[in-house]
Amino acid sequence: MTKNLSKTDIRHTDAMCTNDSELQHPWWHNLKYLAVGIVFGITFVKTEVISWFRIQEMFRLDSFHMYGVIGTAVVVGAISVLLIKRFKIRTVYGEQVHFEDKKFDKGMIYGGLIFGIGWAITGACPGPLFAQIGGGFSIVAVTLFSAVAGTWVYGAIRNRLPH
Amino acid sequence: MIELLRHPWHWSVGGIIIGLTVPALLLLGNKKFGISSSLRHICAACLPANITFFKYDWRKEIWNLFFVAGIAIGAFLAVQFLQDPGDIRVAQATQDTLAGYGIHDYSQLMPAEVFNWGNLFSWEGFIFFIVGGFLVGFGTRYAGGCTSGHSIMGLSTLQWPSLVATICFMVGGFISTNLLLPLIFQWIK
Repeated sequence: MTKNLSKTDIRHTDAMCTNDSELQHPWWHNLKYLAVGIVFGITFVKTEVISWFRIQEMFRLDSFHMYGVIGTAVVVGAISVLLIKRFKIRTVYGEQVHFEDKKFDKGMIYGGLIFGIGWAITGACPGPLFAQIGGGFSIVAVTLFSAVAGTWVYGAIRNRLPH
Repeated sequence: MIELLRHPWHWSVGGIIIGLTVPALLLLGNKKFGISSSLRHICAACLPANITFFKYDWRKEIWNLFFVAGIAIGAFLAVQFLQDPGDIRVAQATQDTLAGYGIHDYSQLMPAEVFNWGNLFSWEGFIFFIVGGFLVGFGTRYAGGCTSGHSIMGLSTLQWPSLVATICFMVGGFISTNLLLPLIFQWIK
């Protein structure tokens, strides 16, 4: 990463989930994301995708369950995006929805393999980590702390890794 | 109604709700669905340490921290009020293999034999909490996203790099589950 990147450029480095709104709102506007998160968290528990057992099942090819959840989510997501693009649906604030194409980076291979190994051990990708803690497995707070440490170490040595 | 919600939900129901998160976040405020970025925001907010990678306006991304807080609250509510009293029903073939690892307790979403505080200072805890967590945090950021960012948001917007990332997540998971975990359990038992 070079020195003269803007804050937005830095934020968009190695990231999918960015805030592309130009608007600024009081903090309580964020409560709607809390609400979406609550629905999401309930769904995580009730479909058992945060279960370490379900992850084992998936990677042992013993059950279709996880493939069904992820596959359906992708189809529903893709149709939604298609509709938003086709009918130029705007946000609730009237902003145009912003899409961008991501460039390939070798990190997607190396990082992807590293994450996959961790995913099967912990039984959790980052979302389920939060759900497992909320669901009563307080020990997973240690896992989350270690995941934050992993992200920090990546940030610290990023320039020395192949990209 | 509550009775119906208590049963484990069918995969299609979960898939639809998770899929609808994509347009929900886009239309509520031009936010792209993703979760691993929350880990980065925590770094940027708490310990940026003059590292370029963390020098961005994390306050603009605080919505993502509200979102993950919601996930924890939602999970709490589901476990408190919508818990299915029965054991989690896992495929018999998986149960047979896990029995060989000494895992028999299916009363909760996670195996209590592994995920408990008593294991924190054991090799088991070191691998499942410390090493596992580190790989998740390091790997997702190196890959530029996790299952939500790449596999759901990225694939929904037909990004081929996200397909590459997703395939690598799966390959890593297959290696870990079928080659590494048997060795790990053999070693720690």
